[in-house]
Amino acid sequence: MTVPDTDIVSLALRDPRALPGWPLARWEALVRQARRANLLSRLAVLLDADGLLQSVPEAPRAHLDAARTVSQAQEEAVRREVAYVYQALAPTGAEIVLLKGAAYLFAGLPAARGRVFSDVDILVPGVALGQVEAALMLHGWATTHHDPYDQRYYRRWMHELPPMQHITRGTVLDVHHAILPTTARLKPDSAKLLAASRPLAGEPRLRVLAPADMVLHSATHLFFNEELGSGLRDLADLDSLLRHFGRQPGFWEQLAGRAREMDLTRPLYYALRYATRILRTPVPATALRAAEIGRPSPLLRRLMDVLYLRALRPDHPGAADRLTPLARHSLYVRAHWLRMPPVLLVYHLGVKAFRRESPGTA
Amino acid sequence: MIVADLPESELARRLGGAGLRLRTGPLVTEIRSRLLEIADGVRLHYRDHPAEEPGGFADFHVRLVLPRGPRRWLRPQVLFQFDGAPPFYPLPAAQAFPVLEWGLNWCVSSHCHQYLVVHAAVVERSGRALILPAPPGSGKSTLCAGLVSRGWRLLSDELTLIDPGSGHLVPLPRPISLKNASIEVIRRFAPGAVLGPTVQDTLKGSVAHMKAPVESVRRASEFARPRWMVLPRYEAGTPARLQPLSKGRAFMHLAESSFNYSLHGRRGFETLAQAIEACDCYEFAYGNLEEAVELYDRLATST
Repeated sequence: MTVPDTDIVSLALRDPRALPGWPLARWEALVRQARRANLLSRLAVLLDADGLLQSVPEAPRAHLDAARTVSQAQEEAVRREVAYVYQALAPTGAEIVLLKGAAYLFAGLPAARGRVFSDVDILVPGVALGQVEAALMLHGWATTHHDPYDQRYYRRWMHELPPMQHITRGTVLDVHHAILPTTARLKPDSAKLLAASRPLAGEPRLRVLAPADMVLHSATHLFFNEELGSGLRDLADLDSLLRHFGRQPGFWEQLAGRAREMDLTRPLYYALRYATRILRTPVPATALRAAEIGRPSPLLRRLMDVLYLRALRPDHPGAADRLTPLARHSLYVRAHWLRMPPVLLVYHLGVKAFRRESPGTA
Repeated sequence: MIVADLPESELARRLGGAGLRLRTGPLVTEIRSRLLEIADGVRLHYRDHPAEEPGGFADFHVRLVLPRGPRRWLRPQVLFQFDGAPPFYPLPAAQAFPVLEWGLNWCVSSHCHQYLVVHAAVVERSGRALILPAPPGSGKSTLCAGLVSRGWRLLSDELTLIDPGSGHLVPLPRPISLKNASIEVIRRFAPGAVLGPTVQDTLKGSVAHMKAPVESVRRASEFARPRWMVLPRYEAGTPARLQPLSKGRAFMHLAESSFNYSLHGRRGFETLAQAIEACDCYEFAYGNLEEAVELYDRLATST
């Protein structure tokens, strides 16, 4: 079955005020795709902010309510989890920089509202990594990947420890020491990120990245990700961050410069290009021009448009066209290509190919 | 329009094509499948349920398919897909109808967080509901099937939906899943009950579904209020006996049986507390269904 509404979720995010007037069949397509994209609760929050939630027909509204109940519970869970991590790491004296969802939440940013959270992500100085891991293990977090190859993969080449799971709560913590793998082509300097990070009010040792760095990290995460199942959600994060920080004086003026300093001009270029195109994020013309330093060649840009304009839709049959599977696959390969030098990549994919993959789950 | 109004060919056309839009209580599920077991099961068990026309709103989109591969010819399997993605492993194709039922339960328990969803049977008389939370093997479904064969209205055999705002119990009448010895017990107890074929060797042993009584399906939009909460336990040879259960323990049982209590936070606590407050709570052991049903008859008329 084909639903012609391939861009229905981005349309809804751009103009939630139009939603109450939508016919039920269109709502059905929206709920299906937004559910798959983890954006139902986001839509609920946007509608609620405009006082429009009660004008939504009852049947789809039930799904918005349900999704919001989940995201509120996750928000509480993330608050608790960060408190536990904070407590566990107190003896190390290490400063903890919250990343992604947890950062948006603790910094009180609109990007956290109605967001679906999964893991907690933190960034710590590379030198403190051993101490941090030991302290977490003492407090019940255990490594999740027991295969020696996986352990080596993370510890030698990646920018994070193997994900740690708490043995009683089951929650997952990603401990990063950088925002890109050690083996990646681009080399953003973690020391600069940590140096520019900001303390959270009333929480000594708990920090978040500076606004420009938060945007650059979000962009890097999205445009280096091999799996774009939540791609549109991540783009909605970027949209929200840009709208919020864009009102602060000086933000747009320094964004491109900071990207150059961090070796992240390419991800910034893609972030602004696709946020403005897909979600109509307001970006000043001067900032767009400044971000041109990260522009790829015209041919590559056209190719990336073909790929990202498809892969950033919800991963749902109703949002797919003939080229979507190829686009997703190509970006999967691209992400690996950018993460590792060719020889290592061939080796890594070889090992993965010979291992039994987990079954096709949801 | 109810399913029974659709000619057999039209039902097959919908199931095999754009989907049958089946209403169960507040929910509409679009079901697609070319499997004969599904068409037969739907025609038998859902004949009194509304079949919605396309163009409205379906809450869930499910499909049952035979996965490709050599197994398809040797030992065919059935795969349940939720909006294109399978939440479970495939199971033997003979289990297609039970797989649909388990899949529909999963749709509700993992998405319908507008309700507090409790793993419990719930039946009603005169607007007052009896909630029966219990682990598998406790005789909950047998008791539920027995009660609805004797004048109680079925709200649900598996999923008690509590509306957090009003505290109402929302009916979701669907087939009752009977296992192993209870299949024969119900055949003898209620010769008029409509039972589907027995499917052997499922994860839960032998399974047969009993059709929801037509009256329960017709009154699916009438809410009920909690009045009794009973933890049933089948024990061969035991006389039917109600023993008072403290409200605190009853609350804990209900919370532990809930799929999404933890998601609802404070509101979830208040909703459950309000439900328990309105209930007389008991533990109940029984060894004979006839005796058990008579006891609930007296309970309903005396209190």
